[in-house]
Amino acid sequence: MSSLVAAARSFLLLEIIKGLGLTLKYLFKPKATLNYPYEKGFISPRFRGEHALRRYPNGEERCIACKLCEAICPAQAITIESEPRPDNSRRTTRYDIDMTKCIYCGFCQEACPVDAIVEGPNFEFATETREELYYDKEKLLSNGDRWETEIARNLAADARYR
Amino acid sequence: MEMITGFLTSPMIIELIWTVAQILAVIVPLLIAVAYLTLAERRVIGLMQLRKGPNVVGPFGLFQPFADALKLLSKETILPSGASKAVFVIAPMLTFVLSLVAWAVIPFGEGMVIADVNVGILYLFAISSLGVYGVIMAGWASNSKYPFLGAMRSAAQMISYEVSLGLVIITVIMAAGSLNLSDIVMAQKDMWFFIPLFPMFVIFFISTLAETNRAPFDLPEGESELVAGYFVEYSSMSFALFFLGEYANMILMSGMTTTLFLGGWLPPFDWPILYLIPGPIWFALKVALVLFVFLWVRATTPRYRYDQLMRLGWKIFLPFTLIFVVLTGGVLLGFGLLPQ
Amino acid sequence: MIAPLFFYLFAFMTVVSGLMVILARNPVHSVLFLILSFFNSAGLFVLLGAEFLAMLLVVVYVGAVAVLFLFVVMMLDINIDEMRQGFRQHLPLGLVVGLILIVELLMIFTQDLSTDNVLATNLSNDISNTAMIGQVLYTEYLLNFQVAGLILLVAMIGAITLTMRHREGVKRQNISEQNSRTRDETVQIVSVDSHVAPKVLDDSRAANKRLQ
Repeated sequence: MSSLVAAARSFLLLEIIKGLGLTLKYLFKPKATLNYPYEKGFISPRFRGEHALRRYPNGEERCIACKLCEAICPAQAITIESEPRPDNSRRTTRYDIDMTKCIYCGFCQEACPVDAIVEGPNFEFATETREELYYDKEKLLSNGDRWETEIARNLAADARYR
Repeated sequence: MEMITGFLTSPMIIELIWTVAQILAVIVPLLIAVAYLTLAERRVIGLMQLRKGPNVVGPFGLFQPFADALKLLSKETILPSGASKAVFVIAPMLTFVLSLVAWAVIPFGEGMVIADVNVGILYLFAISSLGVYGVIMAGWASNSKYPFLGAMRSAAQMISYEVSLGLVIITVIMAAGSLNLSDIVMAQKDMWFFIPLFPMFVIFFISTLAETNRAPFDLPEGESELVAGYFVEYSSMSFALFFLGEYANMILMSGMTTTLFLGGWLPPFDWPILYLIPGPIWFALKVALVLFVFLWVRATTPRYRYDQLMRLGWKIFLPFTLIFVVLTGGVLLGFGLLPQ
Repeated sequence: MIAPLFFYLFAFMTVVSGLMVILARNPVHSVLFLILSFFNSAGLFVLLGAEFLAMLLVVVYVGAVAVLFLFVVMMLDINIDEMRQGFRQHLPLGLVVGLILIVELLMIFTQDLSTDNVLATNLSNDISNTAMIGQVLYTEYLLNFQVAGLILLVAMIGAITLTMRHREGVKRQNISEQNSRTRDETVQIVSVDSHVAPKVLDDSRAANKRLQ
């Protein structure tokens, strides 16, 4: 009897019909799609995106050329050269990040004693040439200027866990 | 001058122009339908997978097929150095031409058919059995292992399912009493054939899935093992021809299902008011319904394994359809239901 | 005016592709030309008003038989130079076969082929030649038809018995058995007490044994 039932089930394509019913039900369900360029998903304050060099509120750059980031960078993507300025403060003359080498591990921002190098929330910095991804100090500082509000907010949100 | 006008108004030329106009009237909407079938496929399957599908290019993504076509056409045509050049070039053309040629006998409405052939259904069957050559030629001419394996599978599959397809067609012919497609449609005026021949209808539909290499029988192009099957080596226009051919074949098979089982251009009920809507619209609606089921099945079922596919074709469909052919003949004869 | 034009087209293509079957260097090209030749003869049939035969020719020969030819030829690794070597040696035999064929053809053509002597000729227009063939095939030639069918059946069974062998000790999948399994036969819910692991192991082993 049970074998008869099983044969009937397979000949009537019962399981396939069940499956078709399920897909038909899903056809009318609300969709999970995010219309990406127009809608964006939530990003954690700890998100590690494009790098930026920050400044103090008075406009002075934070980086003191301690080279801790250069030392810790596992991909050796950071190159720093430094010289004392006329006012005897130690500052970088060159701060390059090769974004094609960077693995976005976030060690540089962990190592930085003055919160100068940070990874901001921006992840849409694709370029058409590789050369554009060799970031120099000017580019990093301008990134910092552009994203300062977001970076500061993220750092504040994450501060108590540090 | 008079000679030219005389030549142009001669009955032969006028008939020629009229035929060409008819052909264009079929092919142009068909190609547009193919373009939008690709979009419909992506949208429907997307919706069934809780996605939205392409909706950015133009309103509701309606220009997406044209964007895809432009992209394909602007790509480079590649001829593999080891390929058998002539065969390699002919194969996609053959596939595409065959998928269009078959439309000559499909009736869109009463008397609305390019060639009202006596053996229309055999013609359809013959053309669809030729489709396998495009595949084999492409696979062999590419001179590469994945296309070859894909072509082998595809050819074996198409031949296997043609057998059950042919037997199903025989039951329809017996019930209709004619090989002419218009007569077959008119024989369904009282009752569409999918009601009395329901098991055959299901088997026919499943066989058309296998015949057009669609999911769940799309293993000739099983991405995980054969990359893209027989058209791995193709690019640009030749790839587009294969693509168009495959989708035109889907529409053709839906048209065949409609003509044989769903009453062709006839409205669902024999009410005079329904005849106000012209036949081609009913036909198109039914074809669209069958095509939706094609997509629906693709969104539902996983791919068959090759030996399971062969088993289904030879060990289940073939005996089942054979029994049903005998049964149909017996019932028609026994109850005096034979046409004419 | 159009019909003769098409006749010459089809006839020309049939002859040319027939020649190419034996002249083409690549055997796969030969088979493809053979298919083209079949196809053009189908066109000739249509011009003769025998559309049923034409379609059968396409369905059976082009759609099925030639595909198998193509399969076999594609799988073979044929070296053409090696094949050419025996050419002169077998030439006399080939000539003899060709001569016999020509004589046979001449014998056919010298006979009276007028419509009175051919049964399945479509004499009236109110009956299609499909029905005509059926009427002749299942009355006049019933015995021949059935015998031909029997011979084909014997050939088919012979081919199957020659190629089918059941090897011992090969694991096979029984799909219908798999399909007919129910959930109750295969899935068991065991409530696991995490502190007495050995006992659970014993339980599941016993359950596995039961299932086997």
